[in-house]
Amino acid sequence: MSILVNRNSKVVVQGITGRAGLFHTRQCRDYGTNIVAGVTPGKGGGVIEGIPVFDTVEEAVRATGADVSMIFVPPAGAADALLEAAAAGVGLAVCITEGIPVRDMVLAKRALQESATIMIGPNCPGIITPGECKVGIMPGDIHLKGRIGVVSRSGTLTYEAVKQLTVMGLGQSTCIGIGGDPIIGLNFIDALRMFNEDPETEGVCLIGEIGGGAEEEAALWIRNNMNKPVTAFIAGRTAPPGKRMGHAGAIVSGGKGRAEDKIRALQECGIPVAASPARMGETMAGAIKKVARR
Amino acid sequence: MTCRSLRDLDDPETNFEFFLNEFQVIGGGAAAAACFSLNSCLHAAILAPVLHERPQYGVIMNIHEYQAKEILRSFGIPVPQGRVAFREAQVERAARELGGRCVVKAQIYAGGRGKAGGVRLVATPEEAVQTAKNLFGKTLVTPQTGPEGLIVRRILVEEAVEVSREFYLSLTLDRQTSRYCIIASAEGGMEIEAIAEKSPEKIHLLTIDPFVGLRTYQARKLALALGMRGNVCEECVTLIMNLYRCCLEKDCSLVEINPLVVTGSDWLLAMDAKMNLDDNALFRHPEYQEMTDLSQIDPLEITAGEFDLSYIKLKGSIGCMVNGAGLAMATLDMLSEYGGEPANFLDVGGGAGRDRVAAAFRIILDDPAVKGVFVNIFGGIMRCDVIAEGIIQAASDTGCHLPIVVRMDGTLVEEGKRLLHESGLNVRFTHDLTEGVQAIVGMVR
Repeated sequence: MSILVNRNSKVVVQGITGRAGLFHTRQCRDYGTNIVAGVTPGKGGGVIEGIPVFDTVEEAVRATGADVSMIFVPPAGAADALLEAAAAGVGLAVCITEGIPVRDMVLAKRALQESATIMIGPNCPGIITPGECKVGIMPGDIHLKGRIGVVSRSGTLTYEAVKQLTVMGLGQSTCIGIGGDPIIGLNFIDALRMFNEDPETEGVCLIGEIGGGAEEEAALWIRNNMNKPVTAFIAGRTAPPGKRMGHAGAIVSGGKGRAEDKIRALQECGIPVAASPARMGETMAGAIKKVARR
Repeated sequence: MTCRSLRDLDDPETNFEFFLNEFQVIGGGAAAAACFSLNSCLHAAILAPVLHERPQYGVIMNIHEYQAKEILRSFGIPVPQGRVAFREAQVERAARELGGRCVVKAQIYAGGRGKAGGVRLVATPEEAVQTAKNLFGKTLVTPQTGPEGLIVRRILVEEAVEVSREFYLSLTLDRQTSRYCIIASAEGGMEIEAIAEKSPEKIHLLTIDPFVGLRTYQARKLALALGMRGNVCEECVTLIMNLYRCCLEKDCSLVEINPLVVTGSDWLLAMDAKMNLDDNALFRHPEYQEMTDLSQIDPLEITAGEFDLSYIKLKGSIGCMVNGAGLAMATLDMLSEYGGEPANFLDVGGGAGRDRVAAAFRIILDDPAVKGVFVNIFGGIMRCDVIAEGIIQAASDTGCHLPIVVRMDGTLVEEGKRLLHESGLNVRFTHDLTEGVQAIVGMVR
């Protein structure tokens, strides 16, 4: 088992004919993802890499039964692409696009709340169920099928964690990058709830960073609801106040949003926090062993 | 109920939390229900969380107070008469036109100017010139600028206004609800945190449902809650509606009017204004690029911006090139943990080609404080051979002999290693993150 995507997922790629869209379509397909359709307005009726291209998501869904969308549409049209995916009834929309204006996302998020579509991202690496389905830009080969869930606000830091887990023989059930923007779809708690209910996930590795209060909220939720071990890492302990570190969401200017507040909140809820990004795998291994001994 | 705290607005040293309760709507359950169903109800600040997430940084999309006021004026929001000046002669002319008695305000990309001597009330044009003389070219250090301060190149000369009451009003994104929200208080003139600490019940909050938009009845409720009545109240309703329109049309991530004042003759006026613009929306507002005052930004950060790199200059001696913001932050944390001091934050991004990597490396080497470089790349989309080629190109362009530690992993890593090894640069490889960090810290020490 896994969460959100598996070997039965049928993926449509919005923006399939763009440079990044096409590159990652190939990568995902080579990994084993069942990519059934592409969408690029104006290019409907064509075929790219053997994949049929449609003008609209609705047509793609009708023709192929696609239930997951991977979005590579440029920022100016990305919110529209999300809404189109939702209107077409796609169950999961994974938006990789970085740099979508906040105003567009305020509306898109509100509209998606009214729909049955789950949004992952934007500005995220995507989601992977190792050995079954990769919907995103993460390197597939560092993953190992297994029983640890990974949920993260960061991209490459997630790869770092996954690699460490894999090296230690701790495979992953599903890994999700929820994105670093101030407005995102699926959040830590949503992912944790799903992992908690997934019988094949034994523990969850949570990777956060400075800015916002999502880690603190997740900490409380874990303490009150989680019946599996969770370990964490928070990036940005040495970020200077008031400076923006790459992600629009990663802003720290004192008070809440600081790494040390997040680390303290997590620890107070009994969640082990890795002292260094080089110890994310080790920390999870320790937590799993502790459960096994009990 | 979840707990949320107000982020620090002006003083990075202060750190406190407070809680607010949902507003008790007078007039009973029906009104309250209607209000909640729109999910855009007015809160008073008693014990519920405040939704303030304030972007406080200034790489690209900061603008000056005078520019913010020009934008507000174009949306029908009353601001004091004023002129911007780049030279002393312009200050004098502006002061004369405004009648002699006026306010001289240094324009920098940071708040807290008053206490640093950047805002002065003067009685005559001569006094205005004297004040301007002392300000032009001066580096102002405020709690928001950091110890290095910001240099004053522009001055706003404004009419002096008789003030009878002061309010706080701002519009920003509430990250928790993913909606815009308006924050208001009758305790204007001081920082919102200070109000929150002293009298949280005096902070009012209005979260806007994007489907419904902001409605006049909501704006009126807010104005009434601030204690406004009659004409001033209706003026304020219009002002709040215009503020929301401005925020949407101009893609603002923050508009703060503090203080919003009622003048001696009972007019509303935005006395001070701060505006942050959403840099992701630049493609809709090409005019913003020209509004940027480059004197307020570190030159290396400007160059980085041209190459679409995310670069922030720091104070240490170890240059860092990393892909991904999270990994970059974690790398800085690790360097500090092992006793090293990072010279910068640099996220080279996911899709960078050889030229962008070379530009990134040159920017790192341009900082004279850099004594060694740590490269930490986890090749997801990035190919390690491309990174290697970029490093070699930049290092040979600049004749760099500094020690370089490269920790690479991911796509085509062996090819990348081979290229760097054959280049003859002073490069050391590691596979392990901790080992790499220890190596560069040791070499720079």
